[in-house]
Amino acid sequence: MSRTAAKPSLRTGASLQVLEGFGRAVSASCRVLAPRDVTELRAMLKAAAAEGLPVTFRGAGRSYGDASLNSKGIVFDMTSFRRLLHWDAAAGIAEFEPGLTVEDLWRRTIEDGYWPPVVPGTMRPTFGGILAMNVHGKNAWKVGPIGEHVLDFDLVTADGELLTCSREQNVDVFHAAIGGMGLLGAFTRIRLQMKKVESGLLQVTPITGNSLEEVFDLFEENLGARDYLVAWVDCMVSGKSLGRGVLHAANYLHGVPDSPAHRESFHVEKQGLPPTIMGLPRSILWHFMAPFLTNFGTRCTNAVKFALDSWKGQKAYLQSHVGFAFLLDYVPNWRLAYGAGGFIQYQVFLPHAHARTALSDILKRCLAADLPPYLGVLKRHRPDPFLLTHGLDGWSFAMDFKVTADNRALLWDFTHELSEAVLALGGRFYMAKDGVLKADQAKRFWGGTALATFAALRNRLDPQRRLGSDMASRLELR
Amino acid sequence: MSKVIVVGASSGIGAAVAKDLAAAGAKVAILARRQDELNLVAASHPGQFTSYLHDASDFDSVPALFERIASDFGGVDTLVYAAGVMPTLAEGEYSFGKDRLMIDVNLLGAMAWMNQAAARFEAARSGTIVGISSIAGERGRRGNPGYCTSKAALSTYLESLRNRSSRYGVNVVTIKPGFIDTAMTRGMKGLLWLISPEQASTAIVAMARKGNSQSGFVPSRWALVAFVIRNIPSFIFRKTNV
Repeated sequence: MSRTAAKPSLRTGASLQVLEGFGRAVSASCRVLAPRDVTELRAMLKAAAAEGLPVTFRGAGRSYGDASLNSKGIVFDMTSFRRLLHWDAAAGIAEFEPGLTVEDLWRRTIEDGYWPPVVPGTMRPTFGGILAMNVHGKNAWKVGPIGEHVLDFDLVTADGELLTCSREQNVDVFHAAIGGMGLLGAFTRIRLQMKKVESGLLQVTPITGNSLEEVFDLFEENLGARDYLVAWVDCMVSGKSLGRGVLHAANYLHGVPDSPAHRESFHVEKQGLPPTIMGLPRSILWHFMAPFLTNFGTRCTNAVKFALDSWKGQKAYLQSHVGFAFLLDYVPNWRLAYGAGGFIQYQVFLPHAHARTALSDILKRCLAADLPPYLGVLKRHRPDPFLLTHGLDGWSFAMDFKVTADNRALLWDFTHELSEAVLALGGRFYMAKDGVLKADQAKRFWGGTALATFAALRNRLDPQRRLGSDMASRLELR
Repeated sequence: MSKVIVVGASSGIGAAVAKDLAAAGAKVAILARRQDELNLVAASHPGQFTSYLHDASDFDSVPALFERIASDFGGVDTLVYAAGVMPTLAEGEYSFGKDRLMIDVNLLGAMAWMNQAAARFEAARSGTIVGISSIAGERGRRGNPGYCTSKAALSTYLESLRNRSSRYGVNVVTIKPGFIDTAMTRGMKGLLWLISPEQASTAIVAMARKGNSQSGFVPSRWALVAFVIRNIPSFIFRKTNV
């Protein structure tokens, strides 16, 4: 009986864990290991390689799709690497491990007057994932994605080699590992230039646009004068109101006279999200959202939201960085409200010249197909120097689609059709969100040259292709 | 139920279920210790079966074997665990060796296979797990403590599994047969409501196909007996030879 065998191998001994993408629409049963330091990481990489199990690095599991899933190999949970290694409050430079979350970082730096230069809509992701996806924020058109603020990092490759990468050293790996979906190695140390802020508050101005054209016009008018810009778009209405929405424009405060209130605004406790919303504990709110996540429910909520915002008018207010940046964290577990099938966020990037017509067309197609996104978010972007980038001189539009057993196949086909239209215009996609793109579409979006360069880097750093993921398999990344 | 693994498929209920599913068009992986017996099953529907040699107590080989079958079949959507042993226990005999064998084959082997299946099926949001437990698990009878324990534990394990994974679309079915005319019951006399493995299989496949994660007796009239047996007070039950 082999019960007496000495040490079980990874293949047979590792327990299985059902892991989900953030959207819960894709999941996989995965072997999971959690290395605690670089020595263990190297040993586990070696053990996985010996058994032919491809490795995926996973942080907080905040990628919406299958980027951190691996149904064939083994997932390395990197959240033990969570130390802030050094914080230079004079220069605003933070050095940390990849399992550190955005929340861990801002809590440590805000009282010194520093805020992360780029943050996503939630503070839960780890920086390992943020770099691997080259995450952008609501200031993408102005400061680019996170990669542009990374000074250097250490990368442990598939065979355990440690590479220090920066704009001077291992330059090619620097520009490919950022946005490289974890396929070139695991970040083990990251150095990031933080943004100096003069206040813990932002001045936020909501601006309503009655049509898609108006939303675009308002967005463009504000680009020069704002630090953050994002537009919520009501995807449920057609006709003249098609694409109506509300912009949230925010500015850093400058030259604020020193006062106790001003100094207090930096305090961590002044940055937190409210414990209750409308008198209810935040933790139970998602239960109340569930009934509204239907076509009819969303139509009603959107109409009320738009009417309220229009009625309130363009009145500026002060809001903490946390309150403005992390909308997705207001209602914990809100994604559960989408039900058993979960949801996908499908985000398309459109070149500036085509954005208005293309987006109008996409919204019309969603309505015609009776697959309206329950959330639509518009942002402006700029090109960046990273190899597998989603960045371009143009606009992105993120759409949340509820997934059910009935609409799943239809929805996947529908996004494939939309992706064809986006590709025809020279558009791009964002792997932090993706769970649906087809391999041939990914090839066309990144282009042969970029993919060949990426493959050449993998040939150098990981010739045996010991690093992989369900996403890499789906997109047939070589 | 088109890509099926049957563990313990060489004879009895396992063989009958494997044949029924193959007859319905499924690709069936049949697993047992002896190739010659598997060959006999495979001959019933040529082309439908793939046989794999496996000892149900060789737990460490399960993950790799599950993967191999999934890769050979292009996925697996159903697991039937039918492996089971019941060595005869003489009056006055106490054998840890026999007890351990029953726990290994009847319970731990099932857990080794069902863990693999449940994780994959939960991720896929679909799939069927069928466990062949027994009415013997309803009560601790004096005849064979190890067997009753292994089946009671298997029934409880399956119930937990059902409560854990049916919300993710996994169909977990507990089958509690009464007396079936198999090698296990051979030589026993005067068995109540004895049915053939083929009759049992018809009922089992029908229950599994319903897809409603049920637990049931085969044949169903045993439910009444089980109800009565469960409710006999202990001080009376110990005086019986049930």
